Amino acid sequence: MTHSHHAISARSAGHLACERCGAVFPLSQEGQPCTRCDHNLRSRDMRSMQKVWAWWLVGVMCYIPANLEPMLRTRTLVHTSEDTIVAGAIALMHHGDYGVAAIILIASVGIPVAKFAAVAYLALSVRGVGKMAPGRRQHLYELVEYIGRWSMIDVFVVAILSALVQLNVAASISPGPAALTFALSVIFTMLAAQSFDSRLIWDTLGDDVQNDAPDADLQKKERP
Amino acid sequence: MTDNATNGQMIVCPHCDALYRVRMPEFGERAVCKRCHTVLIAPRAHAMIRIVALSVTNLILVIAALFLPFLQISRAGFSNATSLMDAVLAFATGPLFVLSLAVGALIVVVPMLRMLLSIYVLAPMAFDRKPLPASKRAFRLFEALKPWSMAEIFVLGCGVALVKVSALAQVHLGSAFWMMCVLVVVVLLQDNMMCRWSIWNALERRK
Ligand SMILES: [Zn+2]
Ligand SMILES: [Zn+2]
Repeated sequence: MTHSHHAISARSAGHLACERCGAVFPLSQEGQPCTRCDHNLRSRDMRSMQKVWAWWLVGVMCYIPANLEPMLRTRTLVHTSEDTIVAGAIALMHHGDYGVAAIILIASVGIPVAKFAAVAYLALSVRGVGKMAPGRRQHLYELVEYIGRWSMIDVFVVAILSALVQLNVAASISPGPAALTFALSVIFTMLAAQSFDSRLIWDTLGDDVQNDAPDADLQKKERP
Repeated sequence: MTDNATNGQMIVCPHCDALYRVRMPEFGERAVCKRCHTVLIAPRAHAMIRIVALSVTNLILVIAALFLPFLQISRAGFSNATSLMDAVLAFATGPLFVLSLAVGALIVVVPMLRMLLSIYVLAPMAFDRKPLPASKRAFRLFEALKPWSMAEIFVLGCGVALVKVSALAQVHLGSAFWMMCVLVVVVLLQDNMMCRWSIWNALERRK
């Protein structure tokens, strides 16, 4: 990475930043509370990996029953059906609603599985597994953090449908047990990603010899 | 917020731990981390008052959307309308009631709480007053809750539900749906205004 030569980590310059408010202190303050926000100062979260793996594991454990049990129970005059996540998406495809089926499949299967893989890869990469450059891994991490929440959409759909489709004998929809396990799986995976200390990604780079910290880059901001 | 006192102060990229000296950007410009491209400082003119105004707007929208109908369906002479409140209470009976609490928290309580916290923290500073007591804790909570505020995901969920149900019954969008759509845009605008570095600095300086 060529642009890494412009940066020096706070840690090797003898500083640390509060993870919560960003205030900068000398490294000797590690373990003390931040004078600005009271958060315990630490240059790196050493227990980060344990927390990541613990949340990751419960997340995976919840995701399995979430796919085996029904998400929705639909009852109409003619029939009653119980749909798992995948079966629900397939039913939508049979109706010709390919776009929505794709949203459901991506949000409920694609994203969660990719997320488990990405979090595991990031955690392993800190230990030296894989060859992806730190910049790319940082982007992967940000992607996981940003996209992870969107998996919750299926739970909301179940909530909306269950509240909406209560038409006496004509049709009714009620939630299945997978709604709970799926929601838990999303929440645990979000916690796994949040526990990850992304600064560890960059520690594998090492630092270049430089005496002073450079100015932050200035970039014109495009009008939103 | 562009006073020269901040120039030369140190700043650390929260994502990659790179250390820099602050060179305060002008309004509309931003300081970016050289190695991971995280935005470090992004000051906006009149940011505080604008954020507060957007928070008030959001709060009104959520409260109205809570009770107005979201979606309405009809089939074979039966019809039903759903408000945000009904969606939250969908799991309230039976063993899935914990899910009701979670859904209520994610789409109503957390977004509302975040708006209230941002008003509490920023309104005094927008009018050049001292921050109220416990402002730092309030702002901390405001930031921690960010990923758990899922109103925008709920709105897309409505779209999906709409299509799913259309095979089963006739569906109409209610006024609350459009309010939530506006809310999504307002939240995006607000995130764009928010420069956490500047706010923490202001909280520190004006205490
Ligand atoms: Zn702090
Ligand atoms: Zn950085």
